[in-house]
Amino acid sequence: MEIKKPAAAGTLESSDAQVMIEPGDGKIELSLQSSVMNQYGRQIRATILETLERLDVTSAKLTVVDKGALDCTLKARVECAVFRSCDASEANIPWGGAVR
Amino acid sequence: MIPRPRPERFRLRRTMMFMNAQKPGLIKDAYIYGCDSIMLDLEDAVAENQKDAARFSLYHALKTVDYGDTEVIVRINGLDTPHWQEDIRVCVAGGADGIRIAKCESAQDVKTVEAAVEAAEREFGVEVGRTLLMAALESPKGILNAYEICAASERMFGVAISGGDFRKCMQTTPQRDGVDMLVARGQMLIAARAAGIQCFDTVFTNLDDTEGFEAEVLQNKAMGFDGKSLINPKQIRFVHQVFAPTEKEITQAEKILTAYREQSAAGVGVFTVDGKMIDIAFIPGAERTLKLARACGMWEGDLV
Amino acid sequence: MKNAVGREIPDFLLTNGKEVYQGKNYMDGKYIQKASPRTRRYEKPQESKLVETLADALRACGAKSGMTFSFHHHLRDGDFVVNMVMKAAIEELGLDNLTIAASSLGSAHDPIADYIEQGKVVGIQTSGIRGRMGEVVSAGKLPTPAIIRSHGGRPRAIEGGEVHIDIAFIAAPTSDCVGNCRGIGGKSDCGSMGYAMTDAEYADHVVIVTDCLVDFPNMPASVEAINVDAVVVVDSIGNPKKIASAAARISQNPRDLMMAENVAKVIASTPYFKDGFSFQTGVGGPSLAANLFLEQYMDERNIKMGWAIGGICGPMVELLKKGKVGKVIDVQDFDLDAVRSINQTPNHFEMSASQYANPANKGAFVNKLDFVVLAALEIDTGFNVNVLTGSDGVLRGAPGGHPDTAAGSKVCIIVTPLVRGRMATVCEHVVTVTTPGDCVDVLVTDYGIAVNPLRPDLVECLDNAGIPHVSIEELKEKAYSIVGRPDDLQWEDKVIAVLEARDGTILDVVRKIRPYQLDG
Repeated sequence: MEIKKPAAAGTLESSDAQVMIEPGDGKIELSLQSSVMNQYGRQIRATILETLERLDVTSAKLTVVDKGALDCTLKARVECAVFRSCDASEANIPWGGAVR
Repeated sequence: MIPRPRPERFRLRRTMMFMNAQKPGLIKDAYIYGCDSIMLDLEDAVAENQKDAARFSLYHALKTVDYGDTEVIVRINGLDTPHWQEDIRVCVAGGADGIRIAKCESAQDVKTVEAAVEAAEREFGVEVGRTLLMAALESPKGILNAYEICAASERMFGVAISGGDFRKCMQTTPQRDGVDMLVARGQMLIAARAAGIQCFDTVFTNLDDTEGFEAEVLQNKAMGFDGKSLINPKQIRFVHQVFAPTEKEITQAEKILTAYREQSAAGVGVFTVDGKMIDIAFIPGAERTLKLARACGMWEGDLV
Repeated sequence: MKNAVGREIPDFLLTNGKEVYQGKNYMDGKYIQKASPRTRRYEKPQESKLVETLADALRACGAKSGMTFSFHHHLRDGDFVVNMVMKAAIEELGLDNLTIAASSLGSAHDPIADYIEQGKVVGIQTSGIRGRMGEVVSAGKLPTPAIIRSHGGRPRAIEGGEVHIDIAFIAAPTSDCVGNCRGIGGKSDCGSMGYAMTDAEYADHVVIVTDCLVDFPNMPASVEAINVDAVVVVDSIGNPKKIASAAARISQNPRDLMMAENVAKVIASTPYFKDGFSFQTGVGGPSLAANLFLEQYMDERNIKMGWAIGGICGPMVELLKKGKVGKVIDVQDFDLDAVRSINQTPNHFEMSASQYANPANKGAFVNKLDFVVLAALEIDTGFNVNVLTGSDGVLRGAPGGHPDTAAGSKVCIIVTPLVRGRMATVCEHVVTVTTPGDCVDVLVTDYGIAVNPLRPDLVECLDNAGIPHVSIEELKEKAYSIVGRPDDLQWEDKVIAVLEARDGTILDVVRKIRPYQLDG
């Protein structure tokens, strides 16, 4: 998917993550803050990058502020931000396909 | 990914607890409180501009969280909104046990949802007929059409009244003795029993009014409800306590089922237990009592 | 050298007879030589011990660089006294090389972090450390490791001379002109002054800092004039709003309540739950809520609690007033209900930290305790508990009376949610061992209960009562299945804090955390 415009999803509540995405310049740029960085930083980054890969996003700037979200929440927030940036978040989501 | 067994149309549903599907901290483990069903809410709890986000959260929660024996129902947005079709797609794709149809007013509403569910089951390779349905009656019209709604589909396992909206339509407010909804509850119960499905009462929203809550639960039980919708885990214990069978009921049910097994093996259809005439009509009730007793931790055995 | 909880203790710490932790009650029966302070005689009748300023008091007590100053933490996060005294000593008298020996330190003491960074404060001995001070100590800014002791370990170390207090500064809500002080009757009331009592007896010099001077004699005194050198009146010793909360309320959080109910169930299943039983609980959500459910079981079985100890708050005072507990003996107060009750409500008494929890005296209350209910930041499969270091390895907690009550009680119950956000509370290895696993008996979580295999008797109690329980390994696996398996923290060699077991042996060390590299 091509990131067409800036979009965000998620909150800064405990157990959630806020994801902001905007069009990139040919690569993925990830800025990550996390309340559990020392123990989960790498896993969080891997989850975010895998999710983008599944959605075939290859160019984007991402800012993620994580407040101890589980992987399932991280995925949901990244996906929602990506679909919102393409105005495609409301219907015909490929559940079980690119979203899984 | 946690595979869930095929949902049972008739199972124990004393308590159904509502949870905002948009709140990660809530939905990750709502089952630990021991309610029979959890109701992940895409409707009123989710703000209009977060419906999309809630679906992503819901999908991954359904696919990731091990809810164990707890039934997982999703309340979808009303048929008068732009959201319900995508809601159904995500429920079916995620493998929810059932869908609660908000603001249901006619058999046609049920059939409309059923068609969308079936289409989604085909789209996502889910066994056709797996996803159960229940209807929430929230208006006078819904109550008047209760029977046709209850009988509208083989997928229907139950019907519930939604007090907040219904009372507004009726220009009333919650009353201590329940008179505000007495007729509606009664009509819905009759319809549900006539159609052979379960029937659930509405939520009690004032968490500080323990006395009022307990009075309502006792009335629910007396009227014949199967269970109640809840908004807070602390309400679970009392409902389970009230809906538990008595020792006497358990003993009686055990005797009936034991005798029935022996007698039917011998080809006898009508027999007596403690001087009371028993036939096959008593069996479902006795089975229900023992299942309930087991769920309440009051009985162990292999009769059911 | 590895100790009894499997922690590697560096040899450089094992000098002057220091040993590694060898298990519960290892020091039992051994003798200690008590230290005695060198104190000044006040033979000539004195009209008053009042001095104008803290600087004057410091001078009067012969304050100089290299000294150890002690403080108590009854004013909790409202305390002004530590900062005021250190400012006077460092900025007015120009002292340095100072050591702070406090019963606890919190975020109220953030300014002390600057003095550590400037090298003016070179030693910290405390039970709790949080906020900026925790950060600078964790960053290795002290030349010697901080020493963390339990509330019982502190008076043991003071009485045994391991900590020599040159000047004790005692914040007092009320004092008379010669230094009889009490925790009530002023504008910054804290109730019990239990943590200050040993300091007053073992320090060379004692300075009372008060904001409410009352007529002589201020009786009954918590700290007595016989030990006091000087009294300073300041505008305010603390922020009353942060000293005692309005009222500690019992949590309405359904998760807390569910866990609390299970705690009460476990307690009621043991033979120790009988008329006259003794009890202590923390003030955290689920621990405090256990009171509520315990009361139901007490009513049901028609039994009363004999006595309760600890940090006290309203719900326990309520039980006392209702006649459901015989005596409350109080080392610290957490809310205004408790502050107003101590020494006022019949059978609500004050005690010193030594009397509460010191393992080296002859009759600490914790040793008579039936049940204690405690929280944890982390607990591992060896039942070792951490209440000191965060998941990032930074100091931000306090052992407090946790290790003392756990060791002394017949049944120690830890109550904690299985995970907090993405942190597994039940884990393979806690970051720092603050209470050794041989003192912990039962773990109650929102996902299940586990009993320490060292207590087969309790396993039987739970089984007989039909309370389901699982192994702690199962709980740990469940936690990891939810949050994922964490990466190990990366440490440098430098030891920034030493964790003393209550008996004075070394239980664990905290090293400097290595900055996290996402691409490392």
